[in-house]
Amino acid sequence: MNEAVLAWDGQEKAVNHLVQERGQRAVFCGLTSIVWLHRKIQDAFFLVVGSRTCAHLVQSAAGVMIFAEPRFATAVLSDRDLAGMADCNEELDRVVGQVVARRSDIKTIFLVSSCPSEVIKLDLGNAAERLRRTYAGKINFVDYSGSGIETTFSQGEDSCLQSLVKQLPDAGNEDPSLLVLGTLSDIVEDQFRRLFEGLGIGPVSFFPGRAAGDLPPVGPGTRLLAAQPYVNETVRSLQARGATLLRAPFPYGAEGSQGWFRAAADAWQVPVTRFREVIGAPLERARLAVSQHQSQLTGKRITFLPDSQLELPLARFLNRECGMELVEIGTPLFEQQLMQVEKSLLPETVRLTEGQDLDPQLDRVRRDRPDLTVCGMGIANPLEAEGLRTKWSIELMFTPIQGFEQAGDLAGLFTRPLTREAQLKV
Amino acid sequence: MDLTFWTYEGPPHVGAIRVADSMKGVHLVLHSPQGDTYADLLFTMIERENRRPPVTYTTFQARDLGASTAELFLKSLEEACDRFKPQIMLVGDSCTAELIQDQPGSLAESANLPVPVIPLELLAYSRKENWGASETFYSLVRGLLSRSVPAPDWVRPDRSDEKSPSVNLLGPSTLGFRCRDDIKEITRLLGDIGVEVNVTAPLGAAPLDLLRIPEADANVSLYPEVSDSTCTWLERNFKQPIIKTVPIGVSATMEFLKEVTEKLDIELPSQEFPESRLPWYSRSVDSTYLTGKRVFIFADATHAIAAARIAKEELAFEVVGLGTYSREQARQVRTAAKEYGVDPLITDNYLEVEKSISEAQPELVLGTQMERHIAKRLGIACAVISTPAHVQDYPARYSPQMGFEGANVIFDTWVHPLMMGLEEHLLTMFRDDFEFNEKVAPSHLASEGGGIKKDGESVEADSDLSQSANFTWELSAEKELRKIPFFVRGKARRNTEKFASEKGMTVINVDTLYEAKAHFAA
Ligand code: SF4
Ligand code: SF4
Repeated sequence: MNEAVLAWDGQEKAVNHLVQERGQRAVFCGLTSIVWLHRKIQDAFFLVVGSRTCAHLVQSAAGVMIFAEPRFATAVLSDRDLAGMADCNEELDRVVGQVVARRSDIKTIFLVSSCPSEVIKLDLGNAAERLRRTYAGKINFVDYSGSGIETTFSQGEDSCLQSLVKQLPDAGNEDPSLLVLGTLSDIVEDQFRRLFEGLGIGPVSFFPGRAAGDLPPVGPGTRLLAAQPYVNETVRSLQARGATLLRAPFPYGAEGSQGWFRAAADAWQVPVTRFREVIGAPLERARLAVSQHQSQLTGKRITFLPDSQLELPLARFLNRECGMELVEIGTPLFEQQLMQVEKSLLPETVRLTEGQDLDPQLDRVRRDRPDLTVCGMGIANPLEAEGLRTKWSIELMFTPIQGFEQAGDLAGLFTRPLTREAQLKV
Repeated sequence: MDLTFWTYEGPPHVGAIRVADSMKGVHLVLHSPQGDTYADLLFTMIERENRRPPVTYTTFQARDLGASTAELFLKSLEEACDRFKPQIMLVGDSCTAELIQDQPGSLAESANLPVPVIPLELLAYSRKENWGASETFYSLVRGLLSRSVPAPDWVRPDRSDEKSPSVNLLGPSTLGFRCRDDIKEITRLLGDIGVEVNVTAPLGAAPLDLLRIPEADANVSLYPEVSDSTCTWLERNFKQPIIKTVPIGVSATMEFLKEVTEKLDIELPSQEFPESRLPWYSRSVDSTYLTGKRVFIFADATHAIAAARIAKEELAFEVVGLGTYSREQARQVRTAAKEYGVDPLITDNYLEVEKSISEAQPELVLGTQMERHIAKRLGIACAVISTPAHVQDYPARYSPQMGFEGANVIFDTWVHPLMMGLEEHLLTMFRDDFEFNEKVAPSHLASEGGGIKKDGESVEADSDLSQSANFTWELSAEKELRKIPFFVRGKARRNTEKFASEKGMTVINVDTLYEAKAHFAA
């Protein structure tokens, strides 16, 4: 494919329509994002205030991976708390005390609300304020919602970042700065830093950073570049503080990464020649790496079930760079301001659904019989047993897939189930 | 509020799903928010089931609260009934729904479904998974049989001569430990002594099968965590005696057979069980090296108690710790612990378990997947004997825990992670040989990256445990210590330091080392 086809030309096409669905959902709640957030923010502790279900969800989503002593835990509500025999706030203070006693290395504690704590209206905002006073100068407290009644899967991170926005210092000037939004693995973050540096774009901050105390200043000069598609509310809060959102595709694949860097380059008025110089080699590498997978993917049909909000950009990558045919793209929610560019890059005829009604959707998958279905872990084996190949969406959250150097790995995640299918003779 | 890092059991509704999932023709509508759908993956990933568990989650959201959650429940219920056409519908609340009090039971009653509905009270804030499974199974059995309960003075008639003696196997479920293979093994074993299995439930049973439960002469409470309350109810109402011995281990299996024959009033055929290989394996000389191995056991009550007995009586290990996370069965574990002279550890806090294990300094840990991780970190050999378990504990091959074949499987599984006798012996003899040194993992574990920590690490781990910062080891003593085989070196170091601290010494020399050795020789 030549550059003209691949490169995002900045023009948006007519809109394809989006079908809203409402019914049973099969998506995790926002608590799940603790699994990757706690790996990224290394001096933070995540304390869920919830039920045994919440504790069980986080540990099951983490693949029951047991880290020496995890930097997350649940304050499990019991009958005594609910019957008012114990004062929830006192109890919470006591539990926080236990966490602090165990982990002297913790600089920030996130108090994460759950469905039960929200239904009983336990105000974690107040609690965070109170605890900030108690532990002033030692530990910061931030509250946010990860509940299933308010948040879906990756939205938990959005909710976390949004609550941190309040604490970001004012830039106090209008000097341009770049703020990259959404958790990236350290290796990707470092690659991106080098490229920005090469382009002469700066200062650049990543949010979240590796320490909870990395709080980049914001102001009218702040340009926002979303590295993850699920940061909508965070963007809004930052816009309210004067920041502007750069419109770009997401950094998946050669084309997406190029468009993403170009959005920043344009904002910094980087000359085209310099852009080509810096981006050229990685772009070529990315194309080469993706092309190794192309023959296996071209013409293959794929369906996305709603999960992480990564669906649209991934579909765009697989369609435009790998030649896959898109059968249905389900997404848990569609945020116009972040998805505009991506949507315009999709074929006009694609079936786009927002929300979920699980059983009818699975019926469609069975009717469509795509070559590959991207879905949650609860659904993958049942579909495999029906002779359909699948890819677990959660793997896309844990694997570094953004940027030029990961473009080949990203394509590889989708070829593996097909290669396996071709090889197995049992 | 309890600070919980890892939980051994899920919430009660996961137990309810286990029962629904085990059966045919049963569907559960669970009033719950979307995140609770994670429970599906326990079944499809960990147990590798090839279908979704039969659960419909209502997945209400904040905007539904107050106004329309009840409507949503009814809509989900009707759609699920239409789509899945179950013979029995279960309805229940998850933790969040319990708070909004929509009363799924009465809602379902008003819906006039074409199938019977059994409401579940799942008590999310005081109970846990196994209780939830037990309660659900009990509700199902009682719901289906309560109309056929005979008068209180009814006496079970003697079995007619044409009818073969029979029992029900109650308690096995999906996400249980090796249930699939256990029931096969026990059914075969009972067949050998002429006893038929009337109904096995919940695993594999349909609602109509539950109606046939009273036809058997007795009930085997195979997994008491799940089956005890049901068996008790059946005993009271249908006068079916309960067979309580859990047949895990050779002796327990023999006692189980004895109990079955006694309660069924039949003869125990004087028969050999050539498939029972554990006794000979345990007596063969290679196993001498197993003598006195220190073993720490933490599991569900049933498997913990059984493991302790096997460890002590059938492998000649020394039980140095025994505990359970199931508070409901704590009493039995306490009694057993007393027998082995150890303090019972009753907790669902894995940090406490970790602490006890590192203090007890076992050579083998028998536990759940939590203990596997603890053991891995401490560099101790480990075998999983109970839920919660991970995907590799649902093996493809036949590997029961119960009956004689179960005992064979247990022998292999527990001995495997330990150093094999002869190999251990050779390691000691050749410990200074540059090719055959202590840094080499036992050959049968090499493919797994070695079960025993490398030297440097283990010394470090030891010093962690014994705070050896309080002691100064003279160089000669340190050198002498290095000559001790690495798999007992940690123990030697700890014992020496313990001895030194008892004697109020801070400097350790070669003499201290050997004085300590003599002191602890008993
Ligand atoms: S993936 Fe492996 S290491 Fe992780 S929890 Fe499962 S068994 Fe343990
Ligand atoms: S959906 Fe709600 S109750 Fe369920 S795990 Fe998530 S936060 Fe907890």
